[in-house]
Amino acid sequence: MIRSELIQKIADENPHLYQRDVERIVNTIFEEIIDAMARGDRVELRGFGAFSVKKRDARTGRNPRTGESVHVDEKCVPFFKTGKLLRDRMNGND
Amino acid sequence: MGENTLTRMDLSEAVFREVGLSRNESSQLVESVLLHISDALVAGETVKISSFGTFSVRDKAARVGRNPKTGEEVPISPRRVLTFRPSHLMKERVAAGNKKH
Repeated sequence: MIRSELIQKIADENPHLYQRDVERIVNTIFEEIIDAMARGDRVELRGFGAFSVKKRDARTGRNPRTGESVHVDEKCVPFFKTGKLLRDRMNGND
Repeated sequence: MGENTLTRMDLSEAVFREVGLSRNESSQLVESVLLHISDALVAGETVKISSFGTFSVRDKAARVGRNPKTGEEVPISPRRVLTFRPSHLMKERVAAGNKKH
């Protein structure tokens, strides 16, 4: 499923909404999650999962082609942990 | 690192502010979005949200695990796990937003 298919499903269920409003709604949700993580906040969606930010320490990396050492700065990366309910549903325990 | 935790309520509040719907309807829409994503994943589909990220389902084979406390062997049955791969845009924005000055 891709973004446009998700938007279509929501639009089909809500015939009273304009398609462009459904697009705005769906986009707002994803945008809000990214904004929260960009501030270093967590987004916890019970039953679905939690988005958080993890810190990766600075390290000395290597250019795989030339073997040359390069310094990689400390950085923050997005992380998602699946919620219990969704994990159980995926494994057939409803 | 920020100390706030956002929940469904914050997402519905954002929808409420963005589109002129009631708070109640906004929260129902947030719920439907999460449900449709979950249903697709439960059906084994990959969910690819451009400029956000990709959720994919992977099958893990059975293996013998060990209780780290007792050293006892325990069978781990085959299972499905969900992995999330953030988009470049998400990675860039999260890295830039949390950079130390």
